[in-house]
Amino acid sequence: MMAFFARFTLTGPSNWIIQRITAIVMAAYLFFIVGFLVINPALTYDQWSALNGLLSMRIFTLVTIAAVAFHAWIGMRCVLTDYITVRLIGPKANGVRNVLQLGLGFIILLYLMWTIKILWGL
Amino acid sequence: MLNVSIYRYNPEVDDEPYMQDFQFDTEGKDIMVLDVLEKLKIQDPSLVFRRSCREGVCGSDGVNISGKNGLACITPLSEAVKGNKLVIRPLPGLPVIRDLVIDMGQFYAQYEKIQPYMINNSPAPAIERLQSPEERAKLDGLYECILCACCSTACPSFWWNPEKFIGPSGLLQAYRFLADSRDTATEERLANLDDPFSVFRCHGIMNCVQVCPKGLNPTKAIGHIRNMLIRSAT
Amino acid sequence: MGSLRKMSFDAVIVGGGGSGMRAALQLAQSGYNTAVITKVFPTRSHTVSAQGGITCAIASDDPNDQWQWHMYDTIKGSDYIGDQEAIEYMCQTGPEAIFELEHMGLPFSRTEEGRIYQRPFGGQSKDYGAGGQAARTCAAADRTGHALLHTLYQGNLKNKTVFLNEWFAVDIVKNADGAVVGVVAIDIETGETVFVESKATVFATGGAGRIYASTTNAHICTGDGVGMALRAGFPVQDIEMWQFHPTGIHGAGTLVTEGCRGEGGYLINKDGERFMERYAPNAKDLAGRDVVARSMVLEILEGRGCGPDGDHVYLKLDHLGEEMLNSKLPGILELSRTFAHADPVKEPIPVVPTCHYMMGGIPTNVDGQALTIDREGKDKVIEGFYACGEAACVSVHGANRLGGNSLLDLVVFGRASGIFIEKQLSEGITLKEATEADIQRAMVGLNRINQSSDGENAAVLRAELQTIMQNYFGVFRRGDYMKQGIEKLDELRLRVENVYLDDKSNSFNTARLEALELQNLFETAYATAISAEGRTESRGAHAREDFQERDDENWLCHSIYFPGSKEIGKRPVNFTLKTREPFEPKIRTY
Repeated sequence: MMAFFARFTLTGPSNWIIQRITAIVMAAYLFFIVGFLVINPALTYDQWSALNGLLSMRIFTLVTIAAVAFHAWIGMRCVLTDYITVRLIGPKANGVRNVLQLGLGFIILLYLMWTIKILWGL
Repeated sequence: MLNVSIYRYNPEVDDEPYMQDFQFDTEGKDIMVLDVLEKLKIQDPSLVFRRSCREGVCGSDGVNISGKNGLACITPLSEAVKGNKLVIRPLPGLPVIRDLVIDMGQFYAQYEKIQPYMINNSPAPAIERLQSPEERAKLDGLYECILCACCSTACPSFWWNPEKFIGPSGLLQAYRFLADSRDTATEERLANLDDPFSVFRCHGIMNCVQVCPKGLNPTKAIGHIRNMLIRSAT
Repeated sequence: MGSLRKMSFDAVIVGGGGSGMRAALQLAQSGYNTAVITKVFPTRSHTVSAQGGITCAIASDDPNDQWQWHMYDTIKGSDYIGDQEAIEYMCQTGPEAIFELEHMGLPFSRTEEGRIYQRPFGGQSKDYGAGGQAARTCAAADRTGHALLHTLYQGNLKNKTVFLNEWFAVDIVKNADGAVVGVVAIDIETGETVFVESKATVFATGGAGRIYASTTNAHICTGDGVGMALRAGFPVQDIEMWQFHPTGIHGAGTLVTEGCRGEGGYLINKDGERFMERYAPNAKDLAGRDVVARSMVLEILEGRGCGPDGDHVYLKLDHLGEEMLNSKLPGILELSRTFAHADPVKEPIPVVPTCHYMMGGIPTNVDGQALTIDREGKDKVIEGFYACGEAACVSVHGANRLGGNSLLDLVVFGRASGIFIEKQLSEGITLKEATEADIQRAMVGLNRINQSSDGENAAVLRAELQTIMQNYFGVFRRGDYMKQGIEKLDELRLRVENVYLDDKSNSFNTARLEALELQNLFETAYATAISAEGRTESRGAHAREDFQERDDENWLCHSIYFPGSKEIGKRPVNFTLKTREPFEPKIRTY
């Protein structure tokens, strides 16, 4: 499973496609939320709660957060491999980058699980 | 008098590089930046720069002129001088050997990586391989590259990853062979480029397009390669 | 001084331009350990500036075209001192060499049939001059040299040729037998001097247009090969024959291809008259380059020049239309806008005859073997030494080169040298090893510069040399002027030998290179001066006011300049063709 993900998120074309697809998902979610707020200027807690109680809405939110997770993973990895390199900061770069990457992956996973916990009230 | 400020560094003498100021009399003429360098070299023969054709086709004298990469021989002072000051530095991002001369090893290594030669293993005909004018037109805007490195050394992605990102110049040449109807190694070429760095570190900043002295468009060529890679991956 | 580091190769090619890389390619393909010494990265060599194309009878424009017609044109163009055997070989082998380049990927422009596009160039005819203008110059837009040079570099990369990029060859190393066994060269980046030993040393060092003040040639065209050969005591041939290209941009010197006139452009004087109709009623603007250049100078001298000083003429292209100019002559539009501040789509380009090509050079046979003349006046091969391209005089251009023939020359004879050396290497070459003294002899010039403590700056001396050559040995020449010029050169020689190098550092010291180049320029210029003064006739590019006629009785021959005695001798022109009767000299009209 991890190997599959590693390979999947490592090739150039899949990275590129994932970044675009996840961007579309995030944009769609943003538009939806902003639109919902504009249509309901006097939003009440009940309305908001009802919306987020819908199974479809919860799936939409989860998919979006998953998209954020992928997007952040690929984007941040790109930043790390640009700046934390042997050429720029010396031989310790690979170790430092791996640690940072591991930390990044851990945080992203944590956020993802936290989202599930919130959405399904586990 | 024009104030000319030039990056100087001689590894045998200087601990670190410095900017040296010269006063230069243009005699009111709009000459080229290379003419200024040539005249200054008569004053100070230790000033070092590369030059050859002096007409913008050999690609020797790529330098950073008042902040923008370009060829000294075809950049007139009227374009280069800002507030009576001309600042000439080596192309950024690659190691400096001396003064305005950089070590282009990494740039050439990326060029060599893309297999910059025709691959067609079918037996050659007795005459030329035929190619229609339309097929040939696809090479326009690609084959004219003069390997001056103005584009690649203006590219932040190349600054960060000169060992792994091919860079705009190399990719333009990669596409020159992908686009050639006579070349049969499309799959092999794409396979060589299929990783997160070689092509996909291009983030469409387009500095390359802005500085290319031959008016070429590497970003567009990179877009074509990217689309070919995605199509072959899906 | 300790002994130098030594590097050894089967073959060393000095010069990374078209002919050098074609020779290298041939040798690398057959697996020989081949190195190219080049003072600039190969694609920065002057071949890159060639524009219009490469002339060759590939029968694309005219399916009935024949290489024999091309041979006739070339012999006539040479004013009959081109060696017919060599011209025959070039024209006959040409198509094969062109198709090889195409197969290597050279992006030629194309016809509707998908074949290589050919355009008309000066001096081209069908049916031995009887069939009108031919279109025989194969073109990649107006960037043929660029396309050719890059393709050859790419071919060499593919075949893993060793490139000693940014290395400068200083002088020839000869062994006890007088054979060439390599060169002493400087690694420019580090300043290290190395003895590069080789079983075959090929000089593909290009021309020396920088001996003139106004030239289309790159800064790097300093006659390094000719200079080295002369210092080694070897002769040069027909070195008085310098082509002045009709259309260099006035003031800047940059080349405007003859292809402009091939595509329908023409020259006009200040009255707007198409004056070439008077000088060459049939070929008009597409007469031989020597004829057009002289006609232009006459127009200017007779007061019909253009501009405030009346010192140039115009090349008119605007009638050809923007679309055509964009597709066929895009590079010219760029150059003219940049250097002449004239947009050819709307206005004519100011042009003037400008030094362009050295027809003479190191005499060689068809296999690229360099020749000298023995005591009996017979050709003698110099063991281990080869030359090709502009540095060589094989001689296919004689007294005047036709446009598009230089690229063919360098491809065909680069290839021929490679093939011949390949054969020799396979049969085994044994040359005596150079002794320490032999190597030190090649270091004399460099040592003198490195130890110089006073004297003049190379750039100042170079400018003086260029002015002398421009004033005394230009398009039109006169004996008494040339004698004055030679006196001035004699005076300059001492100062050139005493050139001062202030900066003695090692790392990328271009001042040192310029001092060395100055010596090469001077040797070439001096040989030119002596030969020009000695040839008492007018032939091809060599036009004398005091000897206005061609003198076949005395001068239907090559001149040979010997550096030891600083005198010229004569060498017979080759009049043997394998495929037909030779072409006898005729009066040359266009």
